[in-house]
Amino acid sequence: MNTVSWSGDRHWSQMVCDLRDVAGERSALHPTITISKLSAQYRTVEALRDVSCVANSGRLTGIIGPNGAGKSTMLKAMLGLIPVSGGTVLYDAKPLMDQRDRIAYVPQRTQIDWTYPATVWDVVMMGRVRKSGWFRRFSGVSRRIAQDALERVGMSGYCDRPIGQLSGGQQQRVFLARALAQEADIFCFDEPFAGIDQKTQSIIFNIFHELARADKTVIVVNHDLGESITHFDDLILLNTELIAAGSRQQVLTQENLYRAYGGQVGFFAGEAA
Amino acid sequence: MLEALIEPLQYGFMQRSLIVAILVGLLCAVVGSYLMVQRLALLGDAISHSVLPGLAIAFMLGANIFVGAFIAGVLSTMAIAWIRTRSPIKEDAAMGIVFSAFFALGITLITLIQKSNKIDLNHFLFGNILGVTSDEVWNTAFIAAIVLLVVGLLYKELLFYTFDPLGAQAVGLPVNLLNFGLMLLIALTIVASMKAVGVILVLSLLITPGATAYLLVKRLHQVMMLGAAIGIISSISGMYLSYFFNLPSGPAIVLVASGLFVLALLFSPSYGIFTQRHSDSGALLLWREIKQLIR
Repeated sequence: MNTVSWSGDRHWSQMVCDLRDVAGERSALHPTITISKLSAQYRTVEALRDVSCVANSGRLTGIIGPNGAGKSTMLKAMLGLIPVSGGTVLYDAKPLMDQRDRIAYVPQRTQIDWTYPATVWDVVMMGRVRKSGWFRRFSGVSRRIAQDALERVGMSGYCDRPIGQLSGGQQQRVFLARALAQEADIFCFDEPFAGIDQKTQSIIFNIFHELARADKTVIVVNHDLGESITHFDDLILLNTELIAAGSRQQVLTQENLYRAYGGQVGFFAGEAA
Repeated sequence: MLEALIEPLQYGFMQRSLIVAILVGLLCAVVGSYLMVQRLALLGDAISHSVLPGLAIAFMLGANIFVGAFIAGVLSTMAIAWIRTRSPIKEDAAMGIVFSAFFALGITLITLIQKSNKIDLNHFLFGNILGVTSDEVWNTAFIAAIVLLVVGLLYKELLFYTFDPLGAQAVGLPVNLLNFGLMLLIALTIVASMKAVGVILVLSLLITPGATAYLLVKRLHQVMMLGAAIGIISSISGMYLSYFFNLPSGPAIVLVASGLFVLALLFSPSYGIFTQRHSDSGALLLWREIKQLIR
């Protein structure tokens, strides 16, 4: 186990490994994201209507729904990345927007210009920008944390590789490493499994589960209703408005899925209630 | 050869030109790299055309023309942003509308005051690096110091923001402020470069050296540094060409920068058209490139 001390710096691998600390923090805080009546629109088109639900720490929460159901919109509205037309988002009983340094957000891979002149290392170090503070260089501690994050996702041999020369799965793992390096409490991923290989998918899910065990909040927009759905603890099922939210078993009922998808459902058969 | 290059430097005007050439080459490449990676090359063009009326009005009022030009440049970016957010007009159309309007106003104003004053419209449009005054050298040096300091201090934040604006916003970086700051840096850089290459050709020094470097190196700060070296070489060479052959300085600088870009395009180790496929002869390659273009 990791016994190195980083002079007071809260290091995630320590938090994962030291179960007593984790248990202590859980009972003391157990923070929840509470979303109330969240609405958003693109110009005149309503994209999200009065969505209220919670996302618990220590759980892997998936946002699912058909195309154009507002899954990504909900994540962005929650994080203040698009203007909302109403609603509040609390974390730990305080507005989430006042605690942005606790958020790690990974956008859809297709939203990024992968020809940008940067290496894998440059991207992972972006996860340390906020923690480093203005006008400051990256500290040795930050470098260690970034290095560890790259090792976690199996990309430590690629530090000097330009990001444009990575496969889709490798790009996604680099982004995951950046999120880990942020040492955040809330991890949000927008379609991390779109167009990636099986190996990367299992690496990513393993890390998601570890984060959840460390009492982090992990929220994932997921398009796929196949086998991957069984990895999630909780689900938020959307179709512009909230269809259902709660544990996976509660949400994945024929009735809920019919209401969200209107019949043409091809979800993982073993999950049908 | 060396003597021929050093000899002109005994003249004060050549010393001033040399300093401005170095500063402008450096500054444009560093700031222009941000334009290139954000695909905002056209915005650089828009701002540079838009500084003209500010310059003319400042001249009429007897104010500092650098300040006037800067204000007009910033106003133009605000006008573009305003049209884009308040109407269904897209950004590129908004840029076209705003910069042509500002440019037309500038040309009109300068033509009016040109008659009664000793100023030359051509120098603003195409630059006159051999004619810089010591005041202008100081202004340029002052702007260069500010811009490079800001880029140095905000490097990691600007890298994050220009690569992944949403990710940067999510962790709470003040992205609107960073974006506005970047626009200010671009406007300042254009104002500082006016005298060397003129407002029409400054786009070349903003984009071409960085694009050349981008074909050769892989990280943003390397693009900036190599781009700066290329920009400085271009502007000094252009200055000498202008001196020895009595050429307009701005176009001479731009032609050198463009020539270096073509060399990188053809011979870059990773992207070079002639270095990519070794087995074919040059003539065959050229033919294949042409065929691909018209396919």
